[in-house]
Amino acid sequence: MTNPQTVSAPAEGQTALPFPGPPFITIRDVTKTWPNGTTVLSQVQLDVAKGDFISLIGPSGCGKSTLLRLISGLSPMSSGFIQIDGMIPENAREIMSFIFQDATLLPWRTVSRNVELGLELQGGETRGNRAAKARELLKLVGLQSVADHYPRQLSGGMKMRVSIARALAIRPKILLMDEPFGALDEMTRDFLNEEVLRLREVDKFTTFFVTHSVSEAVFLSNRIMVLKANPGQIHREIQVPFPNPRSASLRSAPEFLALVGEVSSALRAVKSQK
Amino acid sequence: MNAFFRTWAWPVAVFLAVIFGWAGACQLFKIPPYILPGPIAVLNAVIERRENLWFAFRVTAFEAAGGYVLSIAAGIIIALFFAQSAAIRRSLYPYTILLQTVPIVAIAPLILMWFGSGTRSVMLVAFIICLFPIIANTTQGLISVPRNLVDLFVMSNASRMQMLLDLRLPHAVPSLFIGLRISGGISVIGAITGELFASSNAVGQGGLGYSITYANSQLQTDYLFALVLTASALGFLFFFVVVFFEWLLLRQWHEAAMKPQME
Repeated sequence: MTNPQTVSAPAEGQTALPFPGPPFITIRDVTKTWPNGTTVLSQVQLDVAKGDFISLIGPSGCGKSTLLRLISGLSPMSSGFIQIDGMIPENAREIMSFIFQDATLLPWRTVSRNVELGLELQGGETRGNRAAKARELLKLVGLQSVADHYPRQLSGGMKMRVSIARALAIRPKILLMDEPFGALDEMTRDFLNEEVLRLREVDKFTTFFVTHSVSEAVFLSNRIMVLKANPGQIHREIQVPFPNPRSASLRSAPEFLALVGEVSSALRAVKSQK
Repeated sequence: MNAFFRTWAWPVAVFLAVIFGWAGACQLFKIPPYILPGPIAVLNAVIERRENLWFAFRVTAFEAAGGYVLSIAAGIIIALFFAQSAAIRRSLYPYTILLQTVPIVAIAPLILMWFGSGTRSVMLVAFIICLFPIIANTTQGLISVPRNLVDLFVMSNASRMQMLLDLRLPHAVPSLFIGLRISGGISVIGAITGELFASSNAVGQGGLGYSITYANSQLQTDYLFALVLTASALGFLFFFVVVFFEWLLLRQWHEAAMKPQME
């Protein structure tokens, strides 16, 4: 299908850039070596267009979470470079939000005060404005009724929705999601997948999504990167041609199931390489 | 009603059994009252000497509370300092453990010699004995913030100050309260230990520690028992004040404070 590590044009259903300018995010020759000498990522190349939804999938130890941490600037790379909208990762944090595997809510703050956190730390907004924005976002994720609750009163799925609302509060251009739904049951996960797509229609953010679930990757992304381990590299890119907006019924379409099969066999191939 | 009965029936039964066993043993073995007074004699002593007890209670409560409050303030400041870097902790933590391991009874006379016999020295003894649990627990709370939460703050370009005030400090509050519970009880022990040495040369009335030495020397064993009861009541009072504040501050969000339990 597609060659490994190619620079791809925006997929169908995406708005193509009017001029072929530099890509929104450029990842070149990125290598990450731990202090003990293990190479987690080796010579990773990736160009990302605005609005791309990229899933990173692969066996454990392939460095997919590490790649996310390098893009966010939370972890320094050993060599190579990453450019985000013309900036190095550390300087691009204002346009990025990170969503972790656990909801990482502050237990001593109410739901709405948690959503305000990013705005509060950035400063420059009055308390009233922050509260109004938090209300708006909680409405967007359907949680306005629990705005004054504390996180411990919420279910796992609700906590994750609060986490998403908090990430979106700063109006990020890029969303980095590190297995955000890994700990949830399948029904909640499916529901939140649909939520993410719906929110993406509103805000048009570019997304990196680390996951272990093939069907989740196919349902959400327009590009799936299958990574291999030892050292971590992008083994193959698989494009997902389904147009946006997508609905839940896509999951039972034969084309969807065929693509799930293709990604699964790519994963099997990567795993047997070891 | 049934639940109430089930909660209280056993503790009350145990209490009554101890009281009756105690009274019975005094009668049966004809124990002289200066060795072991019966419960009635102790109750009488409490009633007759209530003014002395109340006075001693107030003196010791003031000294213990003074040392305790000082240890909270100093302990939190030291913990904030310790939380700044692992190098600071490595170089200074062993010396704070000294606070815990040095026998307070052995250094109390030194403190009195240096700072004079009086309230100030007694407070200092209580302060020293209370300090370590506060430092140790608060430091632990400040440095044990989950990595993802720290990363979340880094992603928001949080300043060092924001990281401290909005993340580390609130996260440390439950651990701080573990230290406060421990220190609350031992502050009373510290104050009484200090008084055993401090107020013994002040003729007349002193705190519980002084009165205990006095009652002991006069073989007023029933009064001694009354003083011991008063001292434990003071310890309980401190403990419940801490638990009340813990409930007030943490009940909304922290699991441990949701239901105050008798454990």
